[in-house]
Amino acid sequence: MKRREALEAVYPKLENCAVVTIMGAVAAELQSIGHRPNFFYLQHAMGLASSLGLGIALSRPELRVIVFDGDGSVLMNLGGLTTLARYRPRNLVHVVFDNESLLSVGGFPTATSTGTDLAGIAEAAGIPYTATVSDIDDFTRTFDHVLQSNDLATIVAKVEAVGPSGYVTDLSLLENRYQFARYLQSVQQKRG
Amino acid sequence: MPVSQSSSKLIYQVLKDAGVRIVSALPETWLVHVIRMAEDDDEMTLVRLAKEEEGVGISAGAHFAGVKSAMLMQNHGFLASVNGIVSCAQLYRIPLLMLITHRGEFGERDPWQTEGGGVTVPVLDALRIPHTRLESPDHVARRIQQAQTLAYSASRPVALLLCRDLMWEEA
Repeated sequence: MKRREALEAVYPKLENCAVVTIMGAVAAELQSIGHRPNFFYLQHAMGLASSLGLGIALSRPELRVIVFDGDGSVLMNLGGLTTLARYRPRNLVHVVFDNESLLSVGGFPTATSTGTDLAGIAEAAGIPYTATVSDIDDFTRTFDHVLQSNDLATIVAKVEAVGPSGYVTDLSLLENRYQFARYLQSVQQKRG
Repeated sequence: MPVSQSSSKLIYQVLKDAGVRIVSALPETWLVHVIRMAEDDDEMTLVRLAKEEEGVGISAGAHFAGVKSAMLMQNHGFLASVNGIVSCAQLYRIPLLMLITHRGEFGERDPWQTEGGGVTVPVLDALRIPHTRLESPDHVARRIQQAQTLAYSASRPVALLLCRDLMWEEA
């Protein structure tokens, strides 16, 4: 499965969610599919996308939060899985694209390439629902399932280590940040 | 444990009055009372962290979502958070309110705290993070409020150093 195909498959379901991604291929590919004001790309601070998602999920329980994470980033903040599990935000879905490498810095293999099982770690951390999927049908089925279950879930999606030719897009970091914050505040006002 | 109850209560009340509704924290002796107060308060969300840097992400998310937050940590936790502060809070202009216990200064008996005590302020300066010391109860309300005001007007992290004379009542 290619990550881009996986993103395309669930893209229509992201419409009313707060979406947080990591840097690199995930951010560039989601933007190339089509940027929306409810997407925030954390273009550095590896490991903190899930923590940022947790901050949104705890602040706004009425919003659904989707975090698109990666194996390299999760490995930098394994403790964050225990914090996620501890507070168990039922409005947060954590997707980890696992390409077994640090693709954007030259494709060096991560520990998942030698057998580290991120879904197993997430489950042992206490995340109530975890799954590892490796084809697109399984991914979309699992994604739909966790959206309906209304509980915290970590889906590890095994993807090929291929990405776009470049990672810098014409969306500036601060433009994205302010647009995203305004989006979250506008949906609060509409509902409030 | 001679951690000041009255200073802890004052700090907590000022945070509450400043509209802080999410506190992320990693336990540290000087913070035990403040963390307990956050835990016991139904109007406050306490997030107990595995590592302090997570708190930067949580505060950024809370800020985007329109909720005021603060981080409570030891200076060694601040040192452990530096990349998150630089690559999330500074890069994305997050008004991050950090309350940092300043271990390792004069009077410190724990040998393991002493190195961090010497580098905390130079690291804050290197990061261009505005900071001030809370050394007596008189400082608490005004300086926390002023720090939060600057954090929001500058859209940047700020730091309050909780010092021994404020937090520790042993002679």
